Amino acid sequence: MSTSSSQAHSLAVPSRRLPRISLGMLLVLPALTAIILLYALPLARSLVTAFRDSSGVWTTDHVVRAFSLYGRDMLFSVGVASASLALIATISIAISGYLVLGTTPWAVRLLRWLYRWPLFIPFVVTGQIARSFLATNGMMNNVLVETGLMASNSAQSFLDWRGLVLTFAWKQIPFVTLLLAGAMAAIDRSHIEAARNVGANRLRCLFEIILPLAAPSLWVGLILSLVAMLSALSVPMMLIAGNPTMMTSMMAHRITYYGDYGIANALGLFSYALTAVTAWIYLRLTLRREATA
Amino acid sequence: MTISKLLSPLALGVVLGLVAFIVFGPLLNLAMWTFAEQWFYPNRLPTGWGFSFWERVFRPRAGAWTSLFNTVLVACAAVLLSMALAIPAGYALARQALPARSVIMLLFLLPQAFPNLPIFVNIAAIFYQWGLNGTLVGVVLVHSLPGLVYAVWIATAAFSAVDRSLEEAARNLGASPLRSFTDITLPQALPGLLAASIFVFLDSIDEFTGTFFVGAPEITTLPLLMFNASMGGNYQVAAITALILLIPSVGFMLVIERFLKADVLARVGR
Repeated sequence: MSTSSSQAHSLAVPSRRLPRISLGMLLVLPALTAIILLYALPLARSLVTAFRDSSGVWTTDHVVRAFSLYGRDMLFSVGVASASLALIATISIAISGYLVLGTTPWAVRLLRWLYRWPLFIPFVVTGQIARSFLATNGMMNNVLVETGLMASNSAQSFLDWRGLVLTFAWKQIPFVTLLLAGAMAAIDRSHIEAARNVGANRLRCLFEIILPLAAPSLWVGLILSLVAMLSALSVPMMLIAGNPTMMTSMMAHRITYYGDYGIANALGLFSYALTAVTAWIYLRLTLRREATA
Repeated sequence: MTISKLLSPLALGVVLGLVAFIVFGPLLNLAMWTFAEQWFYPNRLPTGWGFSFWERVFRPRAGAWTSLFNTVLVACAAVLLSMALAIPAGYALARQALPARSVIMLLFLLPQAFPNLPIFVNIAAIFYQWGLNGTLVGVVLVHSLPGLVYAVWIATAAFSAVDRSLEEAARNLGASPLRSFTDITLPQALPGLLAASIFVFLDSIDEFTGTFFVGAPEITTLPLLMFNASMGGNYQVAAITALILLIPSVGFMLVIERFLKADVLARVGR
């Protein structure tokens, strides 16, 4: 105790002379170390392993083989991710737009209460929910048949790419809506009132005034959703039995059945590349925003 | 005019009813599975109802209790570790003039900005060399990676939402930097920090991939138990486990807005 206090005392003099920056760095350092050990190191390993064969010689063999073996799965992943993002964006804009501009108070309250139930439901639970809801015998088909919207013999399983899109959207829409509606609610009401006063209808008001101002939050939500979809292992494993399937499923397959880290990491490169494009767009947007702010 | 006045609440009601079905239908279907003793195609509803599968899941020596214990233990440890690292970092990122602040923020953004499966795979390979695979410590560490990212983001947003003039007033009145932090800054940032803890906790409970590669088969958490039951075709056990996993998720969802105010939300990621 006494040694530590005397140490602190002797340290106090030089530390006062150092710029304030060093205290900040000291506070950030533990978290920074953790992120380097838990993230940067494995990331470096994944990049290196993708380009090295078993004897440690640099090669592009894994990448070439990953493309020839899993090209179809890559296209499938891109297709499912794009379709999901389109669905997520459309419905999130519709819900948050109504929450901000809706004129029927009870409907706004009810929608606000309804939309976010799936928000924190774990991915793995969402997978199980979808597995039972979208099956041939699931509630979706049963309700469609019972209400006469569909003939009972045309009931089919949705446990394919359509099921994946619906499941990802069901899980991610509340999250994107929460961010987007939060950003929309933070917009100065006078912008909206002014537009309404000069005669803009609600739809124009949403797309020309509110959405451009809240767009950064929508982008953040969509990028995080894309990453979540390209990271999810449980949902594609539970929904899709055969080929083609999402890349995550194939990476896990490559490792658990073949112990093949080379090709698995080469597949990982592709999923990085896919998100790098969107991350780049996001960074450009934030940099521009910071420049104007 | 009168017709459209009558029609619009009706249309609203139909749309909201559809939303309610989309949101609650799948959950109701899951709940039905937990009480279904017998349910075979093409029956629309279970042909036998009962609690026998609940008994099977919660038998004293069944794996569910161990998994539940592991899940809660790992989640709490991940919250403690992440917050202990994130509170000082978040304060510094919000308040101090750091060199290369944007680079540091970027580093804390990257784990969420890129798919994490390759990371988990390689963490497992590294942990294998360090003897951490199949241990609770290894699982806590792998759960703290996504947790730390959320925690740093939200803590930074929470600290930068705190009114700076109050801190300056406290300092002018003679409070030490530490005193003004604990008495002024921390209480104001507390809702945001609690929200961050909730996110880390839920993320840890949700976490499947990291546990799948680092923990299995020695450490089983509820998500792994549920996954194995589902893949083994035991929908009842999977549904019951899923229902248990839903309790904290839905509980936190109902109180989240009390913690995460719009002004903090608007600052996340800046």
